[in-house]
Amino acid sequence: MSPQQAQAALEADEAEALYAPRVRVYSARVRGPFRRAKWAILIACLSIYYVLPWIRWDRGPNAPNQAVLLDIWNERFWFFNLEFWPNEIYYLTGLLIAAAVSLFLVTSVLGRVWCGYTCPQTVWTDLFMFVERRLEGDRNARLRQDAGPLTLELAARKMAKHTIWLAIAFWTGGAWIMYFVNAPNAVRAFWGGYASTEVYLFTGIFTLTTYLLAGWAREQVCMYMCPWPRFQSAMLDEQSITTTYQAWRGEPRGKLKTKEVHGDCIDCGACAHACPTGVDIREGIQLGCINCGLCIDACNTIMEKIGRPKWLITWDTLADQAAKAAGKHQPFRFWRLRTMIYATLLVVAGIAMATAVTTRPGIKLVALHDRAPLFLRISDGSFRNGYTVKVSNKSLQPVVFELHTTKLPGATLTVAEENRPAELQRLTVGPDQVGTFRILVGAMLTPGQMGSTPFDFVLKDTTSGETATYRAYFLSPAPR
Amino acid sequence: MATNPDVDPVTGRTTTGHEWDGLRELNTPLPNWWFYTFMATIVFALGMFVLMPAIPLWGTHTTGLLGYSPRAQVDRAVANIAAQRAVFMDRIAALSFDDIRKDPELLTMAQNAGRITFGINCQPCHGPGGEGRIGYPALGDDVWLWGGTVAQIQQTITHGIRSTDDPDTHQSQMPAFGKDGVLKPDQIQQVADYVMTLYGTPVAGANPAPGAQIFADNCAPCHGDKGQGNRDVGAAPLASHIHLYPGTRDEVVAQVTNPHHGVMPAWGKKLDPATIKSLTLYVHALGGGE
Repeated sequence: MSPQQAQAALEADEAEALYAPRVRVYSARVRGPFRRAKWAILIACLSIYYVLPWIRWDRGPNAPNQAVLLDIWNERFWFFNLEFWPNEIYYLTGLLIAAAVSLFLVTSVLGRVWCGYTCPQTVWTDLFMFVERRLEGDRNARLRQDAGPLTLELAARKMAKHTIWLAIAFWTGGAWIMYFVNAPNAVRAFWGGYASTEVYLFTGIFTLTTYLLAGWAREQVCMYMCPWPRFQSAMLDEQSITTTYQAWRGEPRGKLKTKEVHGDCIDCGACAHACPTGVDIREGIQLGCINCGLCIDACNTIMEKIGRPKWLITWDTLADQAAKAAGKHQPFRFWRLRTMIYATLLVVAGIAMATAVTTRPGIKLVALHDRAPLFLRISDGSFRNGYTVKVSNKSLQPVVFELHTTKLPGATLTVAEENRPAELQRLTVGPDQVGTFRILVGAMLTPGQMGSTPFDFVLKDTTSGETATYRAYFLSPAPR
Repeated sequence: MATNPDVDPVTGRTTTGHEWDGLRELNTPLPNWWFYTFMATIVFALGMFVLMPAIPLWGTHTTGLLGYSPRAQVDRAVANIAAQRAVFMDRIAALSFDDIRKDPELLTMAQNAGRITFGINCQPCHGPGGEGRIGYPALGDDVWLWGGTVAQIQQTITHGIRSTDDPDTHQSQMPAFGKDGVLKPDQIQQVADYVMTLYGTPVAGANPAPGAQIFADNCAPCHGDKGQGNRDVGAAPLASHIHLYPGTRDEVVAQVTNPHHGVMPAWGKKLDPATIKSLTLYVHALGGGE
């Protein structure tokens, strides 16, 4: 085989490889309004994340005093003045629907701004990149150092970087746990060595994932792991505002100091170097673009320097770009069919959620009929049916409830353990609890009532006056 | 390089070489870390093969170096639960019924233990909800042959009814008025007409007066002058709408002629006192407790 043939075979092999080495992204420091917006949003998001579990909220003696607490062990979920029980999980469904539709609406109007500004992967990656730049220098310095030999000084810098990354990751993992346990107690227990295995395990898991995803995986998460970029194209259309290279203005690109006449793009590469995911925006909208606008800041800086108009890379719609290329202008249209649908869904979901949460009852009554026996006859000829009655007291005080029946004349209620028949029974349920009572209903039936007779259990909260009814059936032998 | 047959002429990209009906798959290389992660999972799986129970053999299996055994875990969990339960059962054994009732947590434990015990031991005769069957009394109604207080229920469960192996068992025997010739057949027919009036379903056209006299002479000593029954001897109340045997006239005739005598085991031989106490509380709460 000649050297040429060998070279050709090697190239063919390379081209046919099913796996490719990762191209590392060395993103450069950028200054400008979008960079500042990213910092502001980063600080806001991280502040909320780290501080929220520490906010105290006085709910009285029978409830935790943490404003936001997902108490899985006790099956109670606290959000400031709202408390949710596990059976109200459908509020979470409503919230997720509202969140998904909001994301669709924002994406159809502003592209992937969620990805570029607020996604946790972006926020933590941005923070980790900041640490990296402070310790190892900007893009060019890092490129040069990584290509050269590993000096003692560089190793020390890298060690410091990983230590800080791990510290941030640990803080992140620790903060995550605070949402599920009482924060001050958890910190004391953690450092005292007596926290639960779950606390140590999940702190470890989230420390590790934060460190790996924000320090090492970075844009690989967006490109290969995240499903959202895969179907974002279904939300976008030619009226969506996205980060756009104005090719009609920039092309043909050429170096600044050439004699030929060319467009505004001087092919300096600043936009590609600034990109945190390593894409070249001049190739158009693509999977890797998270719509953060850092390339706009980078390009504007260059344009200012060389005295050309700013906004060669800008926020614009595909429709407007097509019009501008033809010397016209296409104003932005917010209201399209898809934005109308998304906005309508959002309003409907929001109103439904708000109504459901504000009007939800403070008490709940359920009565389950005994499966065996369906009924029992008593020596005087009357009948008795047994029910398991569950009374939910969602208030934070013990409540005395009054239970009686309607539509079943002369019916008596007996609490099974007590054997004291009465028309009305008083049941006490502790704060924030479900009381379970076995209630026996006795009734002397007329021949016309034999078989299955519907009636209502009526429950009254003697503290608030709130009532709840439950439709039940009184069973006896069917008339023959 | 233009002649490379694996290059797609439209996109200029190489293909994987896979072809289906003329459609060829473009090569979109995965990052190496993806491939290495896949390899790592294989290594992990091989490690698990060695460490954990994995390969089934005839009647047994490899146990793995970690010695993990779900069966042993279950044994430990059962022992753990038994230890936790023992604390409650000891307290139930030591406390009086009234004191158990004052402790809601202990009462709930006793009710649950009673429910489970009932399901295993009592349900075959008395039914899953204590509703009874013909010949086996319902436990949720207000009729008791031997008494419905917790003490009486505990006594009945512990020593049984007509149990051959317990001297403290409930003993009584209704005479076989017909078989032994105490009453003549037409007298039995007359007393049956009277008993049907006590049942609240008198036979149309029948004269209960002769039967009433026979009842007063022969039956009232045990069943009471008004048919109210007598718990000291386990005599069933007859002035009632519910009966241990079908409430028909034929059944009354049969019972007077040659009576059934129900039996119940002495559970004290089989169950420990704390379990019987729990069972007593459960039965008492079925609806008939006094």
